[in-house]
Amino acid sequence: MRSTSPGSDPRTPGRESAVEIVGLVKRYGTKTAVDGLDLTVARGAVTAVLGPNGAGKTTTVETCEGYRRPDAGHVRVLGLDPIADAAALRPRIGVMLQSGGVYASARAEEMLRHTATLHAHPLDVAVLIERLGLGSCGRTPYRRLSGGQQQRLALAMAVVGRPELVFLDEPTAGLDPQARHATWDLVRELRADGVSTVLTTHFMDEAEQLADDVAIIDGGRVIAQGSPEQLCRGGAENSLRFTGRPGLDIASLLKALPADSAATELAAGTYRVHGKIDPQLLATVASWCAQNGVMPDAIAVERHTLEDVFLELTGKELRA
Amino acid sequence: MTATETGSAAATGTFAPRPGAAPLPRMIRAQAALETRMLLRNGEQLLLTVVIPTLLLVLFSAVDIIAVPTDTAGGAGSSVDFLAPGILALAVMSTAFTGQAIATGFERRYGVLKRLAVSPLPRWGLMTAKTCAVLVTEVLQIALLTAVALALGWSPHGNPVAVVLLLLLGTAAFSGLGLLMAGTLKAEATLAAANLVFLLLLVGGGVIVPLTKFPEAAQSVLGLLPIAALSDGLRDVLQHGAGLPWQNLGILAVWAVLGLGAAARFFRWE
Repeated sequence: MRSTSPGSDPRTPGRESAVEIVGLVKRYGTKTAVDGLDLTVARGAVTAVLGPNGAGKTTTVETCEGYRRPDAGHVRVLGLDPIADAAALRPRIGVMLQSGGVYASARAEEMLRHTATLHAHPLDVAVLIERLGLGSCGRTPYRRLSGGQQQRLALAMAVVGRPELVFLDEPTAGLDPQARHATWDLVRELRADGVSTVLTTHFMDEAEQLADDVAIIDGGRVIAQGSPEQLCRGGAENSLRFTGRPGLDIASLLKALPADSAATELAAGTYRVHGKIDPQLLATVASWCAQNGVMPDAIAVERHTLEDVFLELTGKELRA
Repeated sequence: MTATETGSAAATGTFAPRPGAAPLPRMIRAQAALETRMLLRNGEQLLLTVVIPTLLLVLFSAVDIIAVPTDTAGGAGSSVDFLAPGILALAVMSTAFTGQAIATGFERRYGVLKRLAVSPLPRWGLMTAKTCAVLVTEVLQIALLTAVALALGWSPHGNPVAVVLLLLLGTAAFSGLGLLMAGTLKAEATLAAANLVFLLLLVGGGVIVPLTKFPEAAQSVLGLLPIAALSDGLRDVLQHGAGLPWQNLGILAVWAVLGLGAAARFFRWE
């Protein structure tokens, strides 16, 4: 993980994790939203929490923020209990809710200035407004801001108090590409300056672009965690695809391949080999082709994207 | 924690962590100022808190629509003597109950309370700020209505301490009920119910229509309403020069305890 490389987290006095969750359970009536979830968030890193709708992402994050009381399990944020130590924790975290959080008639700049006033060493409000492109709507009441402007204001409010840890709940939902990149740049800068970030998102490219660490949640548990590279390499099998003449003898190919491999003819003349894709396997496939007089044009190793891994782990059916 | 200049040796970048809560008095002052601005900026609220009380005062003082009981025989001055205390009670109700219920209901609905709950401002600090905003608004209302009433020939009597005590207890009673409504009902339901209650209490709470106009059986029940206790108590003092109207103060105190207690118990922040 990049977070442990030298220089990326110079200011971690206690060295404790930013967030430590062990065996978290949260039920709403008979429905179990979070079911024995374990998650550790490193200091100074960007951690993306991915998961289908209803997986338990928001409940988990809101438990860290002190909104929900766990039914079971242990949650520590910056070494503190989010409920018992709320007064000590609140000044140290920044929170961006999925939506809302601002008085309908408050003006954008007024609200940001107010949030800054609640902190001892806030950022320069004018600079932050400039940074997030809110200058043109500083005097606009919140209810008349566009969705993207509202999102950026909420992000500014989350960081203006110079927190150690920020929670961003779907920070780029509904943003245009420019605003999305401005948000990404800001998150990268937070990381460079030593702020820990936890963000939930539905965008796989966002997690791939930003996250040092990705946790995939489904059914109220973390089902995979690691850097995007690790997840793409280890979480799912990679595959090799080649084309040749239709109707090749798959059984004979399988005999040549290592035992844990699989091969299918996807479409007439298009073949895919699943398994541990390494140079040796590529050579095996090539030599099998040579023995069978096949010219494998368009031979390619398919590297899985985070989206492939995500869908493989969480299934393709639609969620509520 | 004290606020010092940013940019100490530990800070290396723009966003380098430097967390800390502002001093409590500063947070509460800022929050109270913001809440007051939000209250005064809202047009519908101003209609309720300023326009309606002022109009009622002027209209009913100038035109003898309802025969009001007066101490001395006839004269415009004596009808305003009856009306002004009732209108002051109405002003308190419009801000502490109706306005606060509607505003807080929508703040809850739009996640404002949720977001503030994770800010360095403690919950009691937020409630203190809200109370300050209500009191500031009431001071402005009372100043305006008193000026209008004096211009209409009002001659108030009585002990100012009793008046302040009544207004404060009335504010506490109405705030409790308003927050109870805002914290338990949906924002739209609060909007509808708070306006309906305002209208019903305006008519049936001795504000402009004397309770003596109602049947005897109804009078004893209506007299227990917080609005009736407040307008009656204010009238006792301001119109009749009474000392401390203990019965009305007692009724308001009971409402305040019940309302604030229930609000504290049942208020849901999300």
